[in-house]
Amino acid sequence: MLLYILRRFGVALSVALTVSIVAFLLLHLSGDLALAIAGPEASPAQVEQVRIQYGLDKPLAVQYLDWLAGALHFDFGRSFYFRETVAALVAERMPVTMTLGAIALGLALLVAIPLGVVAAVNRGGWIDRAALVFCVLGQAIPTFWLGLTLILVFAVNLRWLPVSGNATWAHFVMPAIALGWYAVPAVMRLTRNGMLDVLASDYIRTARAKGLRWPTVLFKHALRNAVVPVVALAAVQFGFMLGGSIVVEAVFSMHGLGHLAWEAIGRKDFPVVQAIVLLLASIYIGLTFLADLINAWLDPRIRVA
Amino acid sequence: MTAPAPSSALAPAAALEAVPPRRSPTARFLRRAGRNPSFMIGATVLAIIVAMALFAPLITAYDPYDQDIARRLIPPVWHAKGSWEHWLGTDKLGRDYFARLVYGARISLLIGIATVVVSGLIGTALGVAGGYFGGRVDMAIGYVVNVRLALPVVLIALAAAALVGSSLETVILVLGLLLWDRFAVVARSATMQVAHADYIAAARAIGCSTRRIVLSEVMPNILNPLIVVATLEMAHAILLEAALSFLGLGVQPPLPSWGLMIAEGKQFMFFSAWVIAIPGVALASLVLAINLLGDGLRDVTAPENRS
Repeated sequence: MLLYILRRFGVALSVALTVSIVAFLLLHLSGDLALAIAGPEASPAQVEQVRIQYGLDKPLAVQYLDWLAGALHFDFGRSFYFRETVAALVAERMPVTMTLGAIALGLALLVAIPLGVVAAVNRGGWIDRAALVFCVLGQAIPTFWLGLTLILVFAVNLRWLPVSGNATWAHFVMPAIALGWYAVPAVMRLTRNGMLDVLASDYIRTARAKGLRWPTVLFKHALRNAVVPVVALAAVQFGFMLGGSIVVEAVFSMHGLGHLAWEAIGRKDFPVVQAIVLLLASIYIGLTFLADLINAWLDPRIRVA
Repeated sequence: MTAPAPSSALAPAAALEAVPPRRSPTARFLRRAGRNPSFMIGATVLAIIVAMALFAPLITAYDPYDQDIARRLIPPVWHAKGSWEHWLGTDKLGRDYFARLVYGARISLLIGIATVVVSGLIGTALGVAGGYFGGRVDMAIGYVVNVRLALPVVLIALAAAALVGSSLETVILVLGLLLWDRFAVVARSATMQVAHADYIAAARAIGCSTRRIVLSEVMPNILNPLIVVATLEMAHAILLEAALSFLGLGVQPPLPSWGLMIAEGKQFMFFSAWVIAIPGVALASLVLAINLLGDGLRDVTAPENRS
């Protein structure tokens, strides 16, 4: 098991390193950054000055190593637009996105797991079918449109919730629904299929045969086993949510990491963009690593192979 | 659901087992498809949208770019102030909303198809290479897939579009270069399943080149699952284009992209909700139709995989 953990960790680390190169190259190769920063009206001399000032005249490999060395202790340089360090900006905006992601994941699990259990128990029944229809329908709705529709219904017409911002907990309700929406089908399907497998197993039949009550069997024996892979999936889904929160934050004007990325992209503030890409990718890699460990702990065949 | 008859699209022997009513593969496909409600609903709705896109000039007399400042934000016909002249109303520049919706279908479909062509080629090539050669090649390709999965799609697409300059072509290229992961994963596992089949060994024994084995022995046998992936990724690309356009870094005005229509309508949605409702419903219908078609295709082409 230890060998397996070490090997997976090595892979995760090298993937993270490759991602950092990709993130760096992507922004440096897709155009002349000095020209982009200086603006269209700048004279060639001004562009040259910007190039030297931001260190863009150095060889690409040197620029990358400088950046990586800084990134390792959370020094991502200074933002071009905001008069702050990138690290300070990120630290300031991070809690909003993390809170949003956590609430969204919580809501998604709260809906998806019970729905998956009920669907599995009533396999082929109307609840099962309705849940499947809901999955297919739900996935077709664009996030930003769902967000706008929620605003129209719950903020404008019913006046239950604030339209936008991130001042109070009430501000997080609609964005969390919009963000968590897409995790529901995947989690529900996995719960349903896991429950179907477990319910068909011998030990459940034994538990029922010795006269245990159905709820006890369902929750203590079946769900406990079916839910472990769901935890692994939830970890990965959380990573997706952090990446996808850019759209939701834009719709609800929440000043989180996604909104910061959007602003930074619009202003060609590439130290900020690079830092956020690296950060989100690292979190995702960390979460998949965690998911791998959960799955390996669950299924010894994985860790031996 | 009744238990599906054991048959396999992957093994050629299956065609021989199903002897009694001898039908061509096409006839069998159509017969199965006709009985699959998901496939039929998806195919019908998609056919309607494709027809709208193809015959746009015949369906609406209006030009989607013609502005009429005197007739801004006319509501659709079911509103008290609506009229049949512009039955879905007009936008903030007085352009006919139905015309923009119909021509917008062209953009969504174009993005969906072109993206899938690019990403399908990349992903299939990587996946088949990994599955066929195995070993180090497979490990290297698995690594590339892991790197791709770690990159946040929306963020990378936005950043790339901002730096290259956002346009229809950029969106297609960026999404095509990003959305190949599922093709690679599915192509890899499907290729591994057939790589050790007897007919591959036979082809190798009679001295076929690797290229020939891959193109004429492996590809036809892994095509079905790849087509299913193509539908799902097409829906994914259409949704992402809409999101990028909504954020201002996708398709640029005055092109009638559905995502852009929602973005442009956002400021008026508090008083005229239909401005965002109409393109939103269109977008959801298209994506739903493609997803249903994909789900149906999966059941029709590989019934043994049905859960």
